[in-house]
Amino acid sequence: MIKVKNIEKSFGSNHVLKNISVTYKPGECSLIIGASGSGKTVLLKSLVGLHEPDSGEIWYENTLFTILNNKEKKEIRKQIGMLFQGSALFDFATVEENVRFPMDFFTDWSDEEKLDRVNFCLKRVNLRDVNSLYPNELSGGMQKRVGIARAIALNPKYLFCDEPNSGLDPQTSILIDQLIREITQEYNITTVINTHDMNSVMEIGDKLCFIYKGALVWEGTKDDVLKTDHAELNEFIFASNMARKVKESAGLL
Amino acid sequence: MIKALETIGQYLLLMKSVLTKPDSWKIFRKQFINETEKLVLQSVHIVAIISVFIGAVIVLQTASNLENPLIPKMYVGYMTRESLVLEFCSTMIALILAGKVGSNISSEIGSMRITEQIDAMEMMGLNSANYLILPKISAATIFNPLLMLLSFILGLLGGALIIYLTNIITLGHYIDGIRFSFKSYYIFYSMTKMAAFSFIITSISSFFGYYATGGSLGVGRSSTRAIVISSVLILVFNLVITHLML
Repeated sequence: MIKVKNIEKSFGSNHVLKNISVTYKPGECSLIIGASGSGKTVLLKSLVGLHEPDSGEIWYENTLFTILNNKEKKEIRKQIGMLFQGSALFDFATVEENVRFPMDFFTDWSDEEKLDRVNFCLKRVNLRDVNSLYPNELSGGMQKRVGIARAIALNPKYLFCDEPNSGLDPQTSILIDQLIREITQEYNITTVINTHDMNSVMEIGDKLCFIYKGALVWEGTKDDVLKTDHAELNEFIFASNMARKVKESAGLL
Repeated sequence: MIKALETIGQYLLLMKSVLTKPDSWKIFRKQFINETEKLVLQSVHIVAIISVFIGAVIVLQTASNLENPLIPKMYVGYMTRESLVLEFCSTMIALILAGKVGSNISSEIGSMRITEQIDAMEMMGLNSANYLILPKISAATIFNPLLMLLSFILGLLGGALIIYLTNIITLGHYIDGIRFSFKSYYIFYSMTKMAAFSFIITSISSFFGYYATGGSLGVGRSSTRAIVISSVLILVFNLVITHLML
């Protein structure tokens, strides 16, 4: 479980995160949604320590993450997997080396054990015979899957995904969403996903947090979102004609 | 002024992260070998070509300027040796490497920064600065002085080659000059300079790459800055080290 209490973050005079408090539970896909520039990525990066909040607390179980020094944060980070927006696979390494990378540093497994784990993770994300390929030889969807395989390589307790569907076609997006959800439930991971993809919201939104101008203004589930009368959220969710028509046809508008 | 001080502080903090014990010695060794191949061995051909030609040119220029019959012809060899060992093989080669190696390092690390690969390493709990930069600094600082030695030898051979082809002086005079009043300390001085310059090139280029921002244009800017600042620092430290050691 991750608990966020009253975190604030500014860059110069730009107040990006305003007094955000939220709790993320294991086995759930929690989505941070909001328009571009609303502060989603800053919130996600603050959660994992890539940004230092100006004030407030972030708790991983019973550990207060925000007061830890770098060495102590490293120990928590070993329990975290992260899928980046552009996958962030290492260009200099093959798919196998990418997935094996965290094992090389943080385990004393033998080469055979590492290879078994790499193949298991790749199989889990439905990839086969790609071990020797380099990231630039993979499609966008395959890169995301390798990113997920690398993120789960060390059996993380927490999984963070920054816009996992950006740049993907709708069908591949759904496959990636389903994969993230399966992994979350299978390993009882606390998963936090940063997205503005409405398909993801309806597909895997166990818990939704709507960020508007840096503040958390609405929390609920994918079912609640259809019935909400929150003006900014409605404007965001039903921005497209298609979404409005779906809502109309469901008799909710 | 304040910005310059901030940049120096940021550089020193980065070096503090870089110059620590690697997370894994096994991986460091592998990286060290890769970087030696990439930064040192792949520079041999350009260093070799430039050294041979510069050696030849120094011989021609010196010979054409020593027209006084009272000055022994062997001074062509002596002057060539001194020019090569004191300045060319360390400072000039370092300036060339600042362009070749410096741009390579800053663009490589800068690309990793803007594609979040460095963030991914940090997320795994890895000291990304140490993992990426220490092998580069170590490989260049340890092996580039040998590149300086190679440049020295090839420069002298280039001089011998032009003498053989033009008969501007006899090869015997040239060899006598090379052997005349030889101070091995100059080799040590030049290798020390090269080690210092290699540290400057790799650390400065890595610094600008590591903090690159603003997409591909930002990577280009950081690469240019890395080369300019490295080159200026090489000239400044050339003066300082020469003052201290000679």
